[in-house]
Amino acid sequence: MKQKYLPLTATILIFVLSYALCVGQYPNMLSTRVIGNLLTDNAFLGIAAVGMTFVILSGGIDLSVGAVIAFAGVFLAVVLEQGGVHPLVAFAMVLAITTAFGALMGAIIHYLEMPAFIVTLAGMFLARGMAFVLSIDSIPIKHPFYATLKGLYYKLPGGGRITLIGGVMLLVFAFGILVAHRTRFGTNVYALGGGTATAKLMGVPVASTTVGIYALSGLLAGLAGIVFSLYTSAGYSLAAVGVELDAITAVVIGGTLLTGGSGFVAGTLVGILIQGLIQTYITFDGTLSSWWTKILIGLLLFAFILLQKGIIRISRGDRQHV
Amino acid sequence: MHGNSDNILSAIRVEKGFPGTKALDKVDFHLRRGEVHALLGENGAGKSTLIKCLTGAYRRDGGSILLDGAEVDPRDTFDAQRLGIGTVYQEVNLLPNLTVAENLFLGRQPCRFGMTDTRTMNRKARELLAEYELDLDVTRDLASYSVAIQQVVAIARAVDLSGKVLILDEPTASLDAHEVAMLFRIVRRLKARGLGIIFITHFLEQVYEISDRITVLRNGQLVGTRETAELDRRELIAMMIGRELAAEIQSRHTPADEGRLRYRFRNYGRRGRIDPFDLDVRAGEVVGIAGLLGSGRTETAEVLFGAYRADSGTAEIDGRAVELSSPRAAIRQKFGFCPEDRKTAGIVGDLSVRENIVLALQARRGWTRPISRAEQNRLADHYIRALDIRTADREKPIKLLSGGNQQKAILARWLATEPEFLILDEPTRGIDVGAHAEIVRLIESLREKGMSLIVISSEIEELVAYSTRVVVLRDRAHVAELSGDRITAHEIVEAIAAATQGRAS
Repeated sequence: MKQKYLPLTATILIFVLSYALCVGQYPNMLSTRVIGNLLTDNAFLGIAAVGMTFVILSGGIDLSVGAVIAFAGVFLAVVLEQGGVHPLVAFAMVLAITTAFGALMGAIIHYLEMPAFIVTLAGMFLARGMAFVLSIDSIPIKHPFYATLKGLYYKLPGGGRITLIGGVMLLVFAFGILVAHRTRFGTNVYALGGGTATAKLMGVPVASTTVGIYALSGLLAGLAGIVFSLYTSAGYSLAAVGVELDAITAVVIGGTLLTGGSGFVAGTLVGILIQGLIQTYITFDGTLSSWWTKILIGLLLFAFILLQKGIIRISRGDRQHV
Repeated sequence: MHGNSDNILSAIRVEKGFPGTKALDKVDFHLRRGEVHALLGENGAGKSTLIKCLTGAYRRDGGSILLDGAEVDPRDTFDAQRLGIGTVYQEVNLLPNLTVAENLFLGRQPCRFGMTDTRTMNRKARELLAEYELDLDVTRDLASYSVAIQQVVAIARAVDLSGKVLILDEPTASLDAHEVAMLFRIVRRLKARGLGIIFITHFLEQVYEISDRITVLRNGQLVGTRETAELDRRELIAMMIGRELAAEIQSRHTPADEGRLRYRFRNYGRRGRIDPFDLDVRAGEVVGIAGLLGSGRTETAEVLFGAYRADSGTAEIDGRAVELSSPRAAIRQKFGFCPEDRKTAGIVGDLSVRENIVLALQARRGWTRPISRAEQNRLADHYIRALDIRTADREKPIKLLSGGNQQKAILARWLATEPEFLILDEPTRGIDVGAHAEIVRLIESLREKGMSLIVISSEIEELVAYSTRVVVLRDRAHVAELSGDRITAHEIVEAIAAATQGRAS
């Protein structure tokens, strides 16, 4: 097997194994209800993590994601409840704003040659601050269209439901997989992760690719914000704190190299599902503190970093000669 | 009109200046169709600058470039590639994390309905590589193949993209003999196809093996262009360095037992790295260390310097037993060590020349006793002058210097600590003839001042030039020692060969 599939395989194995263990203890966890809820509960995180996957594949990082989600939620709440705009128009506005915001960060990163870390950190404060400017309260969204959207679902055999937002997440993953592996833009993202200087020499349009990557991350963070606002039916400026870190975790557990250039969008989905599974298990158990989620994910993350180190070391000694 | 229609690429009176220096001074260069043209010169002669002007990486200040008789002005390397000028560098400029096929077709992947048509791309990649006698799994990551194969993939991409002129910048530096032969077969085939090939290297044997003509630059000026067949090696070296290196290389051997015996290692070694050996080094002596790669040359140096602590034997300095348990302990005994790979183990690229030079001295004094800025400046200026380090000023980041000058700066770092026992591991690797001769001369003068030196080198001629004794290694053990009249290239090769035969039996 090719080495680049190793982390992904390990992730899938871990997911299947831990799911089997969970089912062994609580047979009810095998139901489609659990699977449906897993998708619904993690939809906003999954969508944001697809954008994060592109950013990390290119060798960057986007710390603004959680703040952008919160901003989108508050913006929607304010515009819908006080502005009287139709939700679809509001959605389009949110996506336009967050995409432009991401593109701006990408442009600063590229043209001012600033580290992504610091630029998106500034973006994080900016987006969170803007959310506070709009409102410091948690604003419930009571628009009837929201109720309609929340009522949409696809019924699975066994009583489970794929809700609208769960379905959107799956679509976003399908879209992400296509873009990453079947378009020139996707190859360019991997190329940047392999080395910006070399990619530039090979004719990769570094500027437009970098701007595109952060714009995509902004767009998906905005979409995650919409999904989050549908999920919670509210906008609150203190919501989604630390979601960017959860997204990074999902990406890394999904087998993407944190230094860029190697990994799969599909892996991130499995990374999301593993995190969700741990959460679900703790809910089922009922006695464990929810902090165990964090502890387990921390250990898992650490194990994956070690695995990646090991693979890099092995692949160095395994070159083919003529 | 300059040049004739045979020329596929002509540079006419090309000029390029940097603050404080004139990197190219009205240089003419003509490349014919179907020739391999070697571009030679010392470090800082202007080879790289000329190449960068030709490929658009630098904007030239003056002069013109003709491609196929028409004036061109490449804005960047991408533009040059589109015009027909492709470049392959020593460090393979491809992406190790992409597949072979993606590397070949990056930016021009065949597409269908906006999606990359991977199957067509892989088929085209296999067809393309078949012309280079390579049958690879093109869906594997490039990193899973050897540097030589990566180099060929880079050439295939460059030729496929440009197709008129191929520039090879030190392509053989990290290849072994077998791989170089493979590369040269490919170069000859491309030449037969009518490409003009510019070949930059510091291996003169390879120049004579592959090139049709030679152009030599020195200090940013054109020295001349000659037919390779009509230029003998001595004359070529004279063109490159402007003085007779050959005379420098002819050294007289001082008798080995002249100086006072200072360093005495008995049964010294470390399990798994180097077998126990005996070694005596006198004042004013250069002990050369010869052997094949992996024979234990670097390991010997590391054990002597305490980088790996010896687990057997004793070390004595002037009859007094010493413990060389760490590099710090060795430095306290006035040892110095210039490691082989200056990029990873030697220079600190972003620090200035001055900071790099004072580094070891400061480390020995400890951080509580800083060297004053005035003293640092004095030291740096002294060594920049004494070793002829070519730099605009002492505050220039060392990574901007050429390889030979970086090497001299590292030597200066250790000389600043006034060592009495200096170990040099491959001090002339990757630097060109002129800097080479200067380092050989420097080793000689240090020896004359009474320093004890251990010099590891793969270049046997060079060992012959400066060693008063040569130790031959094989299989991580010291197997022979040559001195006096027996230090000849022939004897050393014999000793290594005998040793190697010994290994085979």
